[in-house]
Amino acid sequence: MKTTTMMALAGALAFAAPAAAETVKIGMVTTLSTGAGYLGEDVRDGFLLAVKEEGGKLGGTDVEVLVEDDGRKPGTGRQIAQRFIERDGVEIMTGVIFSNISPVVWPLAEEAGIFYVTPNSAPSAYAGAGCHEDYFAVAWQNDSLHESVGVLSNDLGHGNAFIMAANYQAGKDAIAGFKRYFKGEIVGELYPALGQTDYAAEIAAIRDAKPAMVYHFLPGGMGINFIKQYAQAGLGGTIPQVLSGAGMESRILGAVGETALNVASTSHWSADFDNEANKAFVAGFEAEYGRLPSVYASQGYDTAKLIASALKATGGKVLEDKDGFRNAMRAADFASVRGEFRFNNNQHPINDWINQVVEKDADGALVLRSKGIVAPALADAYAGECALDWNK
Amino acid sequence: MHLFAEQLLNGIQLGIFLYLVAAGLTLIFGIMGFINLAHGSLFMIGAFLAATLTDVTGSFLGGLVLAVIATGVIGVVAERLILRHLYERDHLDQVLVTFGLILFTNELVVMLAGRAPQFFSTPGWLNGSVEILPGLQYPVYRLAIIAVGAAVALLLYWIIARTRVGMLIRAGSTDRETVEVLGVDIGLIFTALFGVGAMFAGLAGAMAGPLVSVEVGMGEGQLILAFVVVVIGGIGSVHGTLIAALMVGIADTLGRAFVTDVLRLFMAPDTASGMGAGLSSMLIYVLMAIILIARPSGLFPVQTSRH
Repeated sequence: MKTTTMMALAGALAFAAPAAAETVKIGMVTTLSTGAGYLGEDVRDGFLLAVKEEGGKLGGTDVEVLVEDDGRKPGTGRQIAQRFIERDGVEIMTGVIFSNISPVVWPLAEEAGIFYVTPNSAPSAYAGAGCHEDYFAVAWQNDSLHESVGVLSNDLGHGNAFIMAANYQAGKDAIAGFKRYFKGEIVGELYPALGQTDYAAEIAAIRDAKPAMVYHFLPGGMGINFIKQYAQAGLGGTIPQVLSGAGMESRILGAVGETALNVASTSHWSADFDNEANKAFVAGFEAEYGRLPSVYASQGYDTAKLIASALKATGGKVLEDKDGFRNAMRAADFASVRGEFRFNNNQHPINDWINQVVEKDADGALVLRSKGIVAPALADAYAGECALDWNK
Repeated sequence: MHLFAEQLLNGIQLGIFLYLVAAGLTLIFGIMGFINLAHGSLFMIGAFLAATLTDVTGSFLGGLVLAVIATGVIGVVAERLILRHLYERDHLDQVLVTFGLILFTNELVVMLAGRAPQFFSTPGWLNGSVEILPGLQYPVYRLAIIAVGAAVALLLYWIIARTRVGMLIRAGSTDRETVEVLGVDIGLIFTALFGVGAMFAGLAGAMAGPLVSVEVGMGEGQLILAFVVVVIGGIGSVHGTLIAALMVGIADTLGRAFVTDVLRLFMAPDTASGMGAGLSSMLIYVLMAIILIARPSGLFPVQTSRH
């Protein structure tokens, strides 16, 4: 009796297996709540737009995208990732926004032997000696966000800078990244507590130091608080801010308004990029969601398009043909909204970083306008320590 | 010297702002003995309403006044429908229900306004700085906050200490039953008091709008500081709250401004900025601990006889 049940079960499983392989499950652990929830929202919407364009497929393969909110809490992120792996059997994990979530989600994906494709957070720990053949970063390596600001600050001719970052690991990495390329003198360096809302003391210190420029990395609402108060103090016009793409994007611009006029920042993508893929993406996003896409939306979209290109190459196989899927991912044969897209040997992209300035368009609306490349083909500082050999 | 004067003024300004946030809390928590964790939600509602209404009316002052009134009305409705049933329950029940209200309000605001931080335009006449002393520039808007905070402090003092309503409030908080026996509808007074507390929270949120990110959950961080202020000042003491708010504001600002510099005198610069950042963010809690060791009921404890 027992044996028959077992045999029946085995039979059912044998029939179920090929059917399951037809639909590829993709797990998206992302941040949809808290003040930073709009980041995950945009990544998700960008990703799902690409799926919608193909009528529920990516690269001709049916996909099922499971989306859950980690609330920016590592514990929640771990639970979701575990559920995705054990209950749902996802073959690709994506969606992680914050660098405190990566260290819990990626090890679970690694242990399960599935692919991990991050649309945003890419901490240094997994870019150098800790790189892995199944780990892909689509947006950047975290440091390059801030390294490019160092380059831009040199280009703008600023001889010295007052720098400031939230007092946590990513803030310290940001300062290190900026200093790696900035050639001028650092006249002041402050680390406000994470979540601080009042910046009067810091602004007074900046006024007193009379620097040529200010660079700050204050994630979430902190940066908005600072930019507003900086303008209130009347410093916006006298001491310019030079920011990273995380410090000035369309959603932040929407919240701070005209006070951000003329602020320069770096980015690897801009809504005004003049390539076919980007024009189609911006128009499609606006039609679908009724708002302009942010840089995070572009990252979600690129992530989906990259996965689509690999699925197309393997005919929908992911874990059944890991080498084939991995090689196709590395080839990155897709039309990125950034234009050219290529991976370094550590499977993090080599981006062209542009200068982006807040300006008014013909209708008087504020836009981020691209002003040309400042840091071409910026490879991250850790790729040299990564032992991955693509020819193996 | 100018820098020190400016930082001191920054501290006073932060203190006044904290007082604005804590004033409503001290009325509700201190005088009514009701723990309202959703005070931060009222702060957020005030900021969102002011942002929207400024946009609609085209006037910052108009938006501000309407937002404060509307927040007060929302407070009264919440009190009548939900919170008044909790006055006789213990503090744990009050914490649970008002925490639930925080979650409810946050999701409601997301549904209505979305997750992206809101834009809040400020009028030109409140932008920029003025020279208040030779060579010392100070932002106009921060001066406006000091003025509004001072006005609220005076108003509150006048109501509580000098009016008949204030007398009933004080009597009701000390001995509710006796006041009721004397024929006073204390329930009505508490509803009004809750409305006023909500209006103060709304005012603080609306005033903060041009300075901080108007986003879902913005009130929760403020709530913690407001509780610190209320506890240091002595629960229920209106003037204690003002003094505590100023102490916390000045300690926090001067800590952030100068601790790192002081440490740098006898430490390597890198260690100093690391330690300075840590120390200055702890400073107000250290201050609270020291005060509570010396005076366990806060600086100006209020005598009550609860049954």
